[in-house]
Amino acid sequence: MVEVTLWGALGQLAGGKSKVEVEAKDIRELFRKLAEQHPAFEPLLDRGIAVAIDGTIYRDTWSKELPEGAEVFLLPRLAGG
Amino acid sequence: MNFDPRYSGRSFSSVGTRPLRPDGVDKVTGRARYGADFNMAGQLVGRVLRSPHAHAIIKKIDTSKAEKLAGVKAVITAKDLPDLTDGDAAMFDTLDNCMARKKALYDGHAVAAVAAIDARTARQALKLIEVDYEVLPHVTDVDEAMQHHAPLINDAIFTEGLEEKPVKPSNVSKRTQYGHGDVHQGFAQADFVVERSFKTEQTHQGYIEPHACVASVNPDGTADLWVCTQGHFVYRQHCAQLLGLEVSKLRVTSSEIGGGFGGKTHVWAEPVALALSRKAGRPVKLVMTRDEVFRASGPTSATSIDVKIGARKDGTITAAEATLRYTCGPYAGMWAEIGAMTAFACYKLENVKTVGYEVLVNRPKTAAYRAPSAPMAAFAVESAVDELAKEIGIDPVEFRIKNAAQEGTRASYGPVYGPIGIGPTLEAVKEHPHMRAPLAQNQGRGMACGFWFNFGGQTCTDLNIGMDGTVSLAVGTVDVGGSRASLSLVAAEELGIDYGQVKAIVADTSSLGYNDMTDGSRGTFSSSMATISAARNAIKVLRERAAQMWDISVDDVAWEKGHAVAKGEKHGNLGKLSLKEIAAQSGKTGGPIAGHSELVADGAGVSFATHICDVEVDPETGSTRVIRYTVVQDAGKAVHPTYVEGQYQGGAAQGIGWALNEEYIYGKDGRLQNPGFLDYRIPVCSDLPMIDTQILEIPNPNHPYGVRGVGETSIVPPLAAIANAVSNAVGVRMSHIPMSPPRILAALEAEREG
Repeated sequence: MVEVTLWGALGQLAGGKSKVEVEAKDIRELFRKLAEQHPAFEPLLDRGIAVAIDGTIYRDTWSKELPEGAEVFLLPRLAGG
Repeated sequence: MNFDPRYSGRSFSSVGTRPLRPDGVDKVTGRARYGADFNMAGQLVGRVLRSPHAHAIIKKIDTSKAEKLAGVKAVITAKDLPDLTDGDAAMFDTLDNCMARKKALYDGHAVAAVAAIDARTARQALKLIEVDYEVLPHVTDVDEAMQHHAPLINDAIFTEGLEEKPVKPSNVSKRTQYGHGDVHQGFAQADFVVERSFKTEQTHQGYIEPHACVASVNPDGTADLWVCTQGHFVYRQHCAQLLGLEVSKLRVTSSEIGGGFGGKTHVWAEPVALALSRKAGRPVKLVMTRDEVFRASGPTSATSIDVKIGARKDGTITAAEATLRYTCGPYAGMWAEIGAMTAFACYKLENVKTVGYEVLVNRPKTAAYRAPSAPMAAFAVESAVDELAKEIGIDPVEFRIKNAAQEGTRASYGPVYGPIGIGPTLEAVKEHPHMRAPLAQNQGRGMACGFWFNFGGQTCTDLNIGMDGTVSLAVGTVDVGGSRASLSLVAAEELGIDYGQVKAIVADTSSLGYNDMTDGSRGTFSSSMATISAARNAIKVLRERAAQMWDISVDDVAWEKGHAVAKGEKHGNLGKLSLKEIAAQSGKTGGPIAGHSELVADGAGVSFATHICDVEVDPETGSTRVIRYTVVQDAGKAVHPTYVEGQYQGGAAQGIGWALNEEYIYGKDGRLQNPGFLDYRIPVCSDLPMIDTQILEIPNPNHPYGVRGVGETSIVPPLAAIANAVSNAVGVRMSHIPMSPPRILAALEAEREG
């Protein structure tokens, strides 16, 4: 079980929660279960979400494991120049 | 991905050296081929008709007269680019921006295009296209666009991110919020509070090479596109989607690039050129004029920002808050959100809150510009930080050091930082001789910090070893700042050969797997990771071939300094086999030797910089000259230090132009008044001092060599560093960028009048 911190817009879609708990071993499972538990997340998941695991931002490595006790933080997928 | 990206702490032979750039001779002799240098037999000239109105309903377009003009081979409107975006709102905006459908949304918005046998005929044809507009009220200013009475740009936009869903449409497409703690409680603990408002005007990336392409669509559904871009694979995806082409049948080749800085991450004219070619049945070359680049490509946002920061007498910041309003052009964006995330990222804050508002205006669609949105936020925050330090009576560098984020700090945008470089850049600035150099009358010194995320992404690389032992490296990230040299160094390092044996090219979209764009400072970070992986795969093959040549087990063959070495006492009589010797026998040991890699390079590692700037302001004219400038930035590991320094200098130079001169000036009619380099003045060499650099190397734990991206962070501190320097020189806080002579004189006059 990992505790996932949501950024503002996502938190609003989760009924005002800033954190949710999800049983997930990697980013792929995290996204799948978030979509199941919070169907309102799907448009944002489609738009792209980045996952910060202990401060390191992952945008596309869905196989990245979520270590026990890691800080997992969801962020919007950003543009660069 | 079967590749371990962790930092290994190894020593280097090639990486960190400064060989000559492989593209240098071609560029200085004019042989290098940029977007407009490509030509095809029978090609037509494409030209675009653009709206002269900032906001207007397109009631009717009559192209019949243009179509009848001799020499015109195709005329297109939005009808020739039907909506194939399948509900993808962002792609629909891109389509609508390429060719207006129901409304022209800014001065310069494309409404029709022609392909003709020459430029003269194309221009004549544009004049024969009749467009019936119903002109609507417009708004170009960020604060005015947020007013309730402002002209509404899109009645389908309802502000996202509000607690209650709004019942009326708005020019604010989204509200976002970041932060933690309780700012009200934090401000209550403060002995000093600074609260200020700032504005920055819209600027363009100012790349010297305009957008240019040649498109050729064939009757069998195949197509070619030669184009100046930061991401030919992404252009392929977007063009294929917008035109209804099969991705694998559209081959996109990127040219050399005369600057992009984010502006060439987005399709503008390319779908139009493809649509013209499809209709005409001939290749079409479309090159934007400078006027079109300014009016109709993607500048950065204009902004309006409020900042409030409180601190105790001992210099500890207790709370920080900012409200950021960024223009997006006439389409929804996420530019204020990025500003809200980056604004306070340099600091360790217990109580912080940032709110961003994305604001629609009748200006061109905003595009990324080098660390997009961060420079404006840093300008506001770092100006307020400087002023707060002054009020407390503490040195501005010491104040920042005391409050700098460090490993374990919760970033203002959410996560906890790993190892980061803001502290070391500040310590380096504190010790730098620049900070102790004397200043003369009318001169001032400023410094400021900056942050950028840096990204990685999808990356694919091929490494092929020729029979003569030379190595060709095919990468898919466009070389915007020297990555071919850097990646050749990485290949040489990994294989243990000389840099001169490696030749890197940027492969076209049909020759290599998909690559994300060169954006987010990812070019060298991502492709070096893929190059290391490809080289290691090639080494595995080289070891196998050496084992065959020796007729021993591959497990007994190691790779050391460019040679296969047989391990163990039983092979003591075997000498080394060089890469060249193994390559020469490749035809008899199993065929060509190559290494391939496809991976997602994540974990790019955040980046920080601190800049120092000295200026001299003429109090009679308000003219400002930068007389000394120093950049200190963490590179993780500088693969080719000269290129890293070039990135640092380039970001500072662009920031100097942004801070002092550059701005989009709109008339009351909503038309851009200065779409050319005479009236929109970017700095030239004679405007700039030598920009000194200091590279810090705090290894990124998520890259085998410790590399971080370096391309963008260098543009984040300059607006603030220069504003602090000018403010110190004239004794008045400058709160509006650019600090052009009229603005400085107005600020001095306002100060005199009290």
